[in-house]
Amino acid sequence: MQYGGLLTALGLLVLFFSLRTDSFFQMGTVRLIANQIPELTLIAIGMTLVLVIGQIDLSVGSVMALCGAVLGVLIATYGWPLWAAILMSLLTGAFCGLLTGAISIWFSIPSFIVSLGMLEIARGATRRILDSNTLMIGSEVAAISEPISGIGLSPAFLIALASVFVVQFLLTRTVFGRYCIAIGTNAEAVRMSGIRTAPYAIGVFVISGLLCSLASLSPTSLMEAADPGAGIGIELSAIAACVIGGTSLMGGRGNAISTFLGVLVIAVLQTGLSRMSVEDANKQIITGGVIIAAVLIDTLRRRWEKTG
Amino acid sequence: MNALFTATNITKRYEAVTVLDEVQLDVRRGEVHALLGANGAGKSTLCKIISGLTPASNGSMQLDGIDFRPISKQAAELAGVQIVQQELNQIPTLTVAENISLCRLPNTAGIINRKRLAQRARGALDRIGLSDITADTIVGTLGVGRQQMIEIATALDRECKLLILDEPTASLSPAEVERLFEQLEQLRRDGIGIVYISHRLNEVARMADRVTVLRDGKYVCTQDASALTTEQMVELMSGEEAVASSEFESFASDTVAMRVTDISGGIVQDVSFSVRRGERLGIAGLVGSGRTELLRLIFGADLAESGSVGIGGQTPKRFAHPQAAVDAGLAMVTEDRKQNGLLLSQSVRVNTTLCSLFKRFSLMGVLRGFREREVTQEMVDDLQTKCEHLGQTIETLSGGNQQKVAISKWLVWDPDVFFFDEPTRGIDVSARRRIYSLLDSLAKSGKAIVIVSSDLDELLETCDRIGVMSAGRWVEEFSRDSWSTDRIMQAAFSNYKQAEAVV
Repeated sequence: MQYGGLLTALGLLVLFFSLRTDSFFQMGTVRLIANQIPELTLIAIGMTLVLVIGQIDLSVGSVMALCGAVLGVLIATYGWPLWAAILMSLLTGAFCGLLTGAISIWFSIPSFIVSLGMLEIARGATRRILDSNTLMIGSEVAAISEPISGIGLSPAFLIALASVFVVQFLLTRTVFGRYCIAIGTNAEAVRMSGIRTAPYAIGVFVISGLLCSLASLSPTSLMEAADPGAGIGIELSAIAACVIGGTSLMGGRGNAISTFLGVLVIAVLQTGLSRMSVEDANKQIITGGVIIAAVLIDTLRRRWEKTG
Repeated sequence: MNALFTATNITKRYEAVTVLDEVQLDVRRGEVHALLGANGAGKSTLCKIISGLTPASNGSMQLDGIDFRPISKQAAELAGVQIVQQELNQIPTLTVAENISLCRLPNTAGIINRKRLAQRARGALDRIGLSDITADTIVGTLGVGRQQMIEIATALDRECKLLILDEPTASLSPAEVERLFEQLEQLRRDGIGIVYISHRLNEVARMADRVTVLRDGKYVCTQDASALTTEQMVELMSGEEAVASSEFESFASDTVAMRVTDISGGIVQDVSFSVRRGERLGIAGLVGSGRTELLRLIFGADLAESGSVGIGGQTPKRFAHPQAAVDAGLAMVTEDRKQNGLLLSQSVRVNTTLCSLFKRFSLMGVLRGFREREVTQEMVDDLQTKCEHLGQTIETLSGGNQQKVAISKWLVWDPDVFFFDEPTRGIDVSARRRIYSLLDSLAKSGKAIVIVSSDLDELLETCDRIGVMSAGRWVEEFSRDSWSTDRIMQAAFSNYKQAEAVV
């Protein structure tokens, strides 16, 4: 069972918090987590794709904020309809991804550096658009985070879940995904097999940008506002979710479902610790420990499998 | 008389393969001793054993009359054996002075003493006539030839009794070669023993006092260099053995499958040749003569400066990316499987189907997993690849089975022209036989095949025709009725004999 280890860890966490607090194992908690995770889930599965091809994208948090700002301004200031504003926001995300991807792939500049530059540019652009203030949008966007009656889940959550399965399908069942894994394993061998790698690698950055735009929907609708400080530091949480899910930072290994389980581990941990009234400082220390422990266990397991 | 170093009955085995078989060598004080042999004769292995880079399986060595068995390069260096290898071992971002003293930087409690560092470097540089290089120059800004000289300066700066030079002039300009030779004269007067490896026989004839010849890992003879002509040296290396060609069957047709016209780029200059359908064309030559480079230029892996490639009836063109070459019907099984041939951490199936995913294994971009498994299983059965299951990762397979997967990747794609670069390097005898018979059946089915190999016997056994490269040029072609080991070897050395050899 491929996801056995992660599911066990998740189960143990839920069990632990249910025993230690009397309010954890409840519908309210599930709803809280379901509202919390779409943002991180969408960013993290985009990051999974980028890591699989052996690259990294540090700009995701800023790009997400920029997409949210575009969405907010178009609705609140220019009175665009929601669908048109979302479309424009998606284009913004895709364009940022294209820029990062094309520059780093065509000119062979490490994506670490190019995306670091994009992180600053997108954040600056966000503040420019919003004048560094939070822009109230109004209730047009609220529905995205409200549970659909009958299902009990919000559109934002459903979009995130659907994206997980789409990216999973892309990675495991399509030629595109196979090429991504191959490029991350050994790009030169792929080139010598008569395959042009650049379009696929750049395509991955574009997809990551699109997912940033989708990710911006959730916080924007929850707050009914566009926040110039949205998504600060989320790239690190996304990378953490990826590595908890067993994605290799060296490329060639990773899948969306494992990353999603990694997101759940982080979310359950955060929520559970809050319920236990653990101080923020201690929460951070514990979260950090869990990340290192997860990767350590994964590494030891792989080493053991290889020799045993 | 005055023996500085002797090696007796040196044997080196890698598992079943014996690469050195009871070889001997003795070097006197103040002597330049040339070590000669064709590719794979065992020269480099012997030097590695002497300099502590690899242990001998058997045999003994003496340095200054004392038993010498270095367990590491450091141990050999301490004893006074220095080696300058073909590939540069400098750190390009550090200064000349730092490189020269790298493993023993003068320091006080970890803080580098700049003054002493510079003094020591100055001494080392002046000693071999590099007075125009300042000690704080960054090594990477110097030309390859100067870097090579600094490497030699580094070796001489240490305690040096025996100096091993492996192709020291390969990247030097004629003026630098002259300067190096002046230095060697000086070292000779100082009583240092020098082991000198070079393909350039004119240099050997000029500098060497004695010559030891190796062939196929065996000791042939040691003679005074003045008693040999360069032709005789080649004869001793080749051994002039007639090769039995009784079992060979040719499938060559009259239709040209690929015509290469005036390809140039890097060290390759104006190479033209053609190969017919069903023909197996071998390319022989010394290591560094440009064979792999030629294949890469044709395949579009490196950009050719000029020339064109025509495949089948298509208009000749110059491929700018392997993708264009593959689309035109070319395939290349690369020399370095691990670096650019295979995805080591991926499965047999992923590797086998990689080239042909769009062509054979997908529908609208969605993979057809069942067909993938089916075809991969066929390939595994056909080539008798030994793997536990199709999901097994490549890195856990043996070299021979890895090579079979690398080949099956292209068999699935089904090109018209195959390039094989060192197809049997590092693989065992039975897998080698299987690959030869595969070459046979590919030729039979009308494929054109180009094989680059440093193992001349392999080419003599498998090819219809052999082209020889020497110093980047296509110097001669031989057919089965006109070739002999000796003639091919003479051709391979031909461009290295002229005093103004390529740079």
